[in-house]
Amino acid sequence: MAKTKIKDIILNPDTKREYFSPGNATCQGCGLDLALRWAMKALGPKTATVSPASCANVVTGLWPKSAPQWPWFNMAFAASAAAASGMKHGLVAKGKGDYNVIVWAGDGGTADIGIQGLSGAAERNEDIIYVMYDNESYMNTGIQASSSAPRGTVTTTTPYGKDQKKKNIPMIVAAHNVPYVATCSVSDPMDLYDKFKKAKDIKGFRFIQILTPCPPGWRHEAQYTIRQSALAVDTGIFPLFEIENGILTLSGKSKRLHDPTKRKPIQEYYSKKNQGRFKLINDGLLEELEKDVKEWWSWIDRHLVYQEHLEL
Amino acid sequence: MTEPRFFEGPQKGNLAAAYAAMDADIDVVTAYPITPQTTVVEELSILVGEKEFLDRGQKTHYLRMESEHSVGASLVGASYAGARTYSATAGQGLLYMSEMVHWMVGARLPIVVSIASRGLTGGAWNIWADYGDIISQRDSGIMIQFLATHQEIYDSILMGFNVTEHRDVMLPLFPAYGGFVLSHTAMPVKRVPWEEAQKFVIPKKDEWDHIWIDSERPMMAGALIMPQNFYAEFRIKAHEAQLKALPVIKDTMAEFEKRFGRSYGNGLVEPYMADDADVLLIGYGSIAKQAEDAVDTLRKQGYRAGALRVRTYRPFPTEDILQYIKKTKVVGVMDRGIAFGSPTAGALSTDIMAVCQRYESTRDTQIVPFIGGLGGRDITYDEQIEQFKILFELKEKGEAPKKPYKMWGTYWTGLITGPDKVPQGDEEYFGDI
Ligand SMILES: Cc1ncc(C[n+]2csc(CCOP(=O)(O)OP(=O)(O)O)c2C)c(N)n1
Ligand code: SF4
Repeated sequence: MAKTKIKDIILNPDTKREYFSPGNATCQGCGLDLALRWAMKALGPKTATVSPASCANVVTGLWPKSAPQWPWFNMAFAASAAAASGMKHGLVAKGKGDYNVIVWAGDGGTADIGIQGLSGAAERNEDIIYVMYDNESYMNTGIQASSSAPRGTVTTTTPYGKDQKKKNIPMIVAAHNVPYVATCSVSDPMDLYDKFKKAKDIKGFRFIQILTPCPPGWRHEAQYTIRQSALAVDTGIFPLFEIENGILTLSGKSKRLHDPTKRKPIQEYYSKKNQGRFKLINDGLLEELEKDVKEWWSWIDRHLVYQEHLEL
Repeated sequence: MTEPRFFEGPQKGNLAAAYAAMDADIDVVTAYPITPQTTVVEELSILVGEKEFLDRGQKTHYLRMESEHSVGASLVGASYAGARTYSATAGQGLLYMSEMVHWMVGARLPIVVSIASRGLTGGAWNIWADYGDIISQRDSGIMIQFLATHQEIYDSILMGFNVTEHRDVMLPLFPAYGGFVLSHTAMPVKRVPWEEAQKFVIPKKDEWDHIWIDSERPMMAGALIMPQNFYAEFRIKAHEAQLKALPVIKDTMAEFEKRFGRSYGNGLVEPYMADDADVLLIGYGSIAKQAEDAVDTLRKQGYRAGALRVRTYRPFPTEDILQYIKKTKVVGVMDRGIAFGSPTAGALSTDIMAVCQRYESTRDTQIVPFIGGLGGRDITYDEQIEQFKILFELKEKGEAPKKPYKMWGTYWTGLITGPDKVPQGDEEYFGDI
């Protein structure tokens, strides 16, 4: 993929422009805010967004103010993939098929209550981009665990730490054999930008998961958002990749992290010093978390080994 | 032009609904099957590819959704884009869609969803006529109509968009008809010729007046709104729109009658021999239509009976109903659906009791609640005669007769009971069922 440079973004007025207005109600250091700003630089304002109940619904505007400078539709919690499907067809019917239609959903709206709609839209290969900004819990309602929260996370509904591992949503979406699946991290905005740019030009169902730290929910100071998400990538906990028509390619820093010895130790990320939500992490949990990371990468390996075989 | 595969003749209620939606030139239909609605969306999947419509350049998007909640959501999404949208559901499907039903109202979207009403489940599945499903959405802000004939299904859906898309209204409409009773039986139905339908149905707009998708004029919808801001006013506006829909429904009915020679009362209520009636039986759906036969019989026997069919239930046609109630002092109200724990157990009878309190002239009217036909149980013509007899007895003796099926002030017509089956204790009673 042609790598866009920060210089290119700044020199082009269309990408220099901020579409998600400052003064919106996100907390200091909010990952979702960063993700949305960079995604919109790639997509441009001819984008209709459908966003289910989440922080995104609240921070974008308290009526009658609104921060997005492009069409934005808040939606019922379980309903965004279906609403976006209908919206795309409605736009085509009204001669406005050139609009991007995107879903901007949290991990709860994606991995839990919205998964039926997500799967339905993926199966129908609807011409939409589904974005999951993943802050790994229900933040809007005050930090409750979602199925996308990692093992051990302390939240207001898992006061003794979550027992289960994080749900692998890209794997589930990829199993629908959709044209495009990608993961990104706000620690690498250029990679995020390039992935949205690429997704924009693909037809059919596209899915992008973004790791978006949440300082109040993860219990770290606001200035460490980038450090947290960078660490998630560097430890191999959150691999960056793309799957285009079934072919998986590692991207950004994750390219060289296929080799586990190149990764930073996961203790650096899963530590109470680093993030208060991991205050109950102990050796036993770390062992299990290590296994979870391994499992995630073995799913990636299955792609890579198979693809090697294809090339032979 | 390709000759239509069907234009006139015996037709099933569900297929009449599908043709009406196509003749109203819908842009988007989104679908999920549930008995007894299923054949509506099956037929539409055929019609969207039918030569008759394709030849006219009609391009209807058909979305095969994965649930009714998603049907509701996709209708909302498409309607935000300004598209004309339609779907159909029933029973559990409507309950599952409920969150989006309320959303359609809050967002003021002119969606039409027809309902082939059926029983609701919890204790046992039931798929037969019962309006408990649509009644459960009574306070959501949707407009609700009860239809009584196959032709009325076709005509009402065709007329529907003229009401929903009217500037004063902008609310969804849910026309309901009895599952199987109308959905799966066939009676003569006549379509409106396509060109005439296009002239009758409200012209399409590029976008709605209050909501649009345009990057040059970006708007946000569904934002959080604080108590001190306009939330209350927006809700009241939707109620106002309901009331403003009353004349719009009447005007649409009058215009339809002028063009095509068919009408269903004034669109709100359909009276039958109600002007000089000593007793009046009010109801809705096909049972209310059947009551007209009972009226005929009783009139022949010298009883001045009358019937009133409530066609539009939300908005509630208060004046149109009171106009007939004022003329008589004894009124029966028949519900086919149960409103658990309400004063009469019937939604319509409770409403009618309430509006009678508005005016001095109707305050002393005797309202007799009837409930029957739950879960598709037949309401026979004989039973309706009996209902009238109860009303006449009340009128003559000043007291409503005791019946084994009268409980808590409501007559439960058609209950499994009788001389040997009177519910003495729970065990015996349920044993009979
Ligand atoms: C049907 C329904 N159930 C529950 C809620 C309450 N609710 C609103 S937002 C939310 C959590 C959102 O979590 P997520 O999708 O992870 O987004 P985040 O707030 O973390 O950004 C919940 C539970 C709702 N709005 N609708
Ligand atoms: S709670 Fe977290 S996700 Fe929500 S606005 Fe604040 S930082 Fe962002």
